[in-house]
Amino acid sequence: MTNAVTDEEITALLMLLLEQYGYDFLGYSRASVKRRILRLLSAEKFNGLTAMIQRVKLDADYARRCIEEITVNVTEMFRDASFYQCLRNTILPVLNTYPMIRIWHAGCSTGEEVYSMAILLQEENLYHKSLLYATDINPGVIEKARKGVFPISQMKMYSGNYMAAGGKEAFSKYYTANYGYARFDERLKEKIIFATHNLVTDKSFNEFQLIVCRNVMIYFDKDLQETVLKLFDDSLESLGFLALGARETIRFSSIETRFRQVDKERIWRKM
Amino acid sequence: MAEDVDKPAQKLLLIGGSAGSLEVILTMLPHIILRDHLAMVIVLHRKGGDDSAVLISLLKDRTSIPVKEAEGKEIIAGGHIYVAPGDYHLLIEKNKTFTLDFSEKIHFSRPSIDVSFQTGTEAFGTATIGVLLSGASKDGTEGLRSINSAGGISVVQTPDSSVVDFMPANAIRYASPKEMLNVTELIDYINRL
Repeated sequence: MTNAVTDEEITALLMLLLEQYGYDFLGYSRASVKRRILRLLSAEKFNGLTAMIQRVKLDADYARRCIEEITVNVTEMFRDASFYQCLRNTILPVLNTYPMIRIWHAGCSTGEEVYSMAILLQEENLYHKSLLYATDINPGVIEKARKGVFPISQMKMYSGNYMAAGGKEAFSKYYTANYGYARFDERLKEKIIFATHNLVTDKSFNEFQLIVCRNVMIYFDKDLQETVLKLFDDSLESLGFLALGARETIRFSSIETRFRQVDKERIWRKM
Repeated sequence: MAEDVDKPAQKLLLIGGSAGSLEVILTMLPHIILRDHLAMVIVLHRKGGDDSAVLISLLKDRTSIPVKEAEGKEIIAGGHIYVAPGDYHLLIEKNKTFTLDFSEKIHFSRPSIDVSFQTGTEAFGTATIGVLLSGASKDGTEGLRSINSAGGISVVQTPDSSVVDFMPANAIRYASPKEMLNVTELIDYINRL
């Protein structure tokens, strides 16, 4: 383990990513960023962080890889059964009253949650009038999301999650198995728009009735969380919903007073 | 945050365990006195991930020390017991706050003991005490090594007092812990911190 990495070196790398490539990680959890960098250093056998910084300076492709590794891209389909039950039973019936449904998955990573949402919308007969925006900071990750191809080894767990979340079909009807991979039905992505968007530096680009951003802001410091929550507030219609991860909250933020929590879920409605 | 009035702890006691460790914690808790400068953070492997409420109520029943699930951004206050939530890694920042993390499992586990031990020792340096209890995982050994190299104190439950001795035995073999203690000795040791 290359543990001889100083805080100054980490700051130097983050400044370089900001100034040369426009990616701002200064408001990210330092403990998390350091772990990710150490992981990358030991995987790629760099002789210290200074050598990696040199490479990042000269090689834009490598810088992109580095950015992808600093951010956490772990996600699941139908994670947290009660959350998806609440979506299906409480949120979607409200959205059904709109002629057109716009949903934003912010920080969608490789897209597992967007496909989960597409499945829910299809089963509730809302998909035809929905538009899903799936965005992430990493172009490479968005490319994976767009493909909709996930390891077959995950399907047993996802199928279990789906059933626990009140799934109505055989989960296997949504994908075809192929050489260790599960390719999800093309129809599930007909209404999904995949794009890169940086929550830290980019602005609001539309108004939505539902924004889903789960386990993304856990890596942000308080100031950055506040900035992003304001961005979500600006991007939500009145009476729209904001859905966060199982341990996230809008409490103690400036938007708190304008929102009301839905049941006991990590979902808030803009009043 | 509700805990903002509390002062950050000066010393950090990290307790990690897997199979057979919950019983040890439940046995110890009624006898534990946690002084104001010391925070205790418990990182337990568990099946199915997300049943923190049950775990916390079990612990609360056995002590008058405040017990709560660790929350992101929360200040790590002395005189408190924090429990790592299920299905997240619990990271400790240099400003003595928690960060939750949903990155890859380590040794098939989230929370990972190594992750909390490693980041905890970065934040608290020589004032870090890591205790590794009974378990069937390799998790924790790397964490104890980090604590050793930062000048903190590494402790393991004696293998013969452990229901599952793999985890402490692995740590003894690869991390050379400073102390090996049975449950009674552990209680006494913690109360003197």
